[in-house]
Amino acid sequence: MTEPFETDVAIVGGGPAGIAAALALRHRGVARVTVLERESEAGGVPRHCGHPPFGLREFGRILSGPAYAARLRLEAVRAGVEIRTRTSVTALGPSGRLALTTPDGTAALAAGRVILATGVREMPRSARLITGDRPVGVLSTGTLQHAIYIERQKPFRRPLIVGTELVSLSAVLTCWKAGIRPVAVVEAASRPTARWPMALFPRLLGIPMHYGAELVDIRGRSRVEAATLRLADGTTRDVDCDGILLTGRFVPESALVRLSHLDVDMGSGGPSIDQFGRCSDPAYFAAGNLLRPVETAGWSFREGKRIGGIVADDLDGRLAPAERTIQIARGEGLKLAVPQRIALPSAEPSLGWIQLRAATGGTGVLSIRDGSAILWEKRLSILPERRILVPLAALLKAGERTDTVEIRFTSDKAG
Amino acid sequence: MMTSQSGLFDVAVIGGGVVGCAVARRFALDGARVLLLERASDILSGASKANSALLHTGFDAPPGSLELACMQAGYREYCEIRERMNLPLLETGAMVVAWSEADLARLDSIEAQARANGVDDVRLMEPAEVLAREPHLATSLRGALLVPGEHVIDPWSAPLAYLKQAVAHGAEVLCNAEVLSGRLDAGLWTLETPRGAVRARIVINCAGLFGDEVETRLLGRSDFIIMPRKGQFVVFDKAASALLTTILLPVPNERTKGVVLARTIFGNVLVGPTAEEQLDRTRADVRQEALRDLVAKAVAMVPGLADMPVTAIYAGLRPATEKKEYRVSAKPELRWITIGGIRSTGLTAALGIARHAASLHAGFDDAGFRPVNDPVWPHMPNLAEHGRRDWQADGHGEIVCHCELVTRREIEQALEGPLAAGDVGGLKRRTRAGMGRCQGFYCQARIAALTEGKFAEPLAVEKADD
Repeated sequence: MTEPFETDVAIVGGGPAGIAAALALRHRGVARVTVLERESEAGGVPRHCGHPPFGLREFGRILSGPAYAARLRLEAVRAGVEIRTRTSVTALGPSGRLALTTPDGTAALAAGRVILATGVREMPRSARLITGDRPVGVLSTGTLQHAIYIERQKPFRRPLIVGTELVSLSAVLTCWKAGIRPVAVVEAASRPTARWPMALFPRLLGIPMHYGAELVDIRGRSRVEAATLRLADGTTRDVDCDGILLTGRFVPESALVRLSHLDVDMGSGGPSIDQFGRCSDPAYFAAGNLLRPVETAGWSFREGKRIGGIVADDLDGRLAPAERTIQIARGEGLKLAVPQRIALPSAEPSLGWIQLRAATGGTGVLSIRDGSAILWEKRLSILPERRILVPLAALLKAGERTDTVEIRFTSDKAG
Repeated sequence: MMTSQSGLFDVAVIGGGVVGCAVARRFALDGARVLLLERASDILSGASKANSALLHTGFDAPPGSLELACMQAGYREYCEIRERMNLPLLETGAMVVAWSEADLARLDSIEAQARANGVDDVRLMEPAEVLAREPHLATSLRGALLVPGEHVIDPWSAPLAYLKQAVAHGAEVLCNAEVLSGRLDAGLWTLETPRGAVRARIVINCAGLFGDEVETRLLGRSDFIIMPRKGQFVVFDKAASALLTTILLPVPNERTKGVVLARTIFGNVLVGPTAEEQLDRTRADVRQEALRDLVAKAVAMVPGLADMPVTAIYAGLRPATEKKEYRVSAKPELRWITIGGIRSTGLTAALGIARHAASLHAGFDDAGFRPVNDPVWPHMPNLAEHGRRDWQADGHGEIVCHCELVTRREIEQALEGPLAAGDVGGLKRRTRAGMGRCQGFYCQARIAALTEGKFAEPLAVEKADD
């Protein structure tokens, strides 16, 4: 047990959102800003994305992931942020009291405010309930990139890639650069989840793409030996491979939140927040991809910066406690809505929007309702996993008299 | 795991499952020179790698059976020795929950059987009392039989501790050593394995899923037929443990044995197993439809589980035979003891089975070793969530597996010594690394590096080019 210590703001997680929040706090003159990073260095996911583009809006230049992570660390050091690496938070206690473990032992930290910025990870094979044997060689993009860019090891030579999100493209690039040759890319939907490069890129490299196809079996005694696909036409096909790369299907890394006193939102999988990023315990805030799967490093950075500023306001006594809240109910057609509630009185700066993801794509009407009354609506075409933003103002104007509003997306097809 | 293969052993134990480990320990403590042969690259790789991790009282075992006697002896011995070995016990109790009128009608006879089996502390509970004890249960329940003595244990640290104690008393362990053939010559068995021939005065067949094959290979025939029964399981996130403490057992009926919903010693909640007959003795695959069905059954019992993420899925094969009972026998003239058909109560019964095997051996003409007077008690690393873990101690190096808070020191220790992990499964069972909610997303690359050159099936296939 090491000595208990105190800080003004503890930030859990040293990725883009966490570092950006720390920078904002220091720029606002907050004296003690401590980033708690469980890995051996801060930087987050970009540390092992060995390809551009990162950093254009933050630093005005295009960087590779590791260079971007290094820049984040450099900026933090210059700004006087304290980064404690190899420091794992083991429990979140009421009013900003954190339990930690470090190589020197356990410790307690009392923080005036805590910003949770623990990011996202990809959903593993188990939670996807994928059929088959459980051999060595089934992993996610994050693990692959950690293996290639940090440990300099290849986990397989001929994997089958599942998914076509933006990260899937990153996975294909990582494989190609390392001399790993994917045998195919499989996507359950009839089109790629990510925008145009994903549709084109693997094909350019000569990797077969299967849309409307599903991985229905994994075989292998000790290492993956083969996979079975069910193709769009209903036929099955066996594919020889020595690994399965499960890409995307991000979930917030919200383990600490789930085991704590803080409220969790089942839609996003992250902590429940108001428009200031404030959790159910007002000593806690959250920022970045912990809030929802999944945005870019750049988005997370800007979000972290904004939340950092709000927390600085809070420390100055300029963030009013919530007198009343409007709960945002996630209606039909929506997978998630963040923030989950609006605190009144509202103020700026705030997150500024309600961020939504649709359960399925299509053309239809997005509406905000108070019972049967439609407070706001908009016609739009949406795709799964793509960001939808509704300005907070639309809701604030409408929600003055109500405690709950519902947001729903009514697809034309659903009639 | 080198062994003095030219040497002569008193006892060769075939099979490094929970039963083989307990038998090796018993004979080593009784003073025998023991060799344990395991076909896989690590122990606990067959039926013992996947079970429901419960310590049973035997309340529902067949009255008067060897199974009941071994379970109760095993239960007692586990409770006697566990503190000295730092083995955990989560005293949850169990409830046999009736979800229908038909279930409810059967509780009386289950209670009577429990009492007949000497489990006297059982009692029937009204729905209100059940819900007071477990407020997150579905309110449709009709009643329950409380069995306070049913507990949760660590299914891997226990057998590993048994074998560690055996090794401390001179036992040797040979992995990747499937017994291919053997002959009995002038009272001495010679067993051929891919790692060479070994000689022993007595063979104890604890080969589990391959028990009948070993009999056929070495004795020419088997008195039983292994009929593998697959059991699939789903493990929920640790947050789910706030929803349930008591083990929920089903009321068995003619058609199905039903599934168990229970805490794990590691802080999760598990549901399973399925019971699927199959011919394949090695393939224990998980199937999406069965897993979905298990999740649905769990949610029907504890509705709050609908909001809980799935952490892990697994499947194991139980070595059932064409009969329900254990298939245990001794053939003194062949210098052979068979321990077969230990299909689902092996974890509880193992120490009792080992004692029974020793008593069978007492009938052999050369019986009688010199028992160890002052046994060594290996102190196992605690992996139980409710106990003190290594991350809470100073100088652990660093956290490698963040979900399960596994330290670098724990991983290094699991890779050392005569019982070092032989594959990634063995490392997981010894440390929990990669067993948590991210299933290796964050730590697998690091573990691949830490285990380079140590495993039969490495996590990394080669160096990456720059």
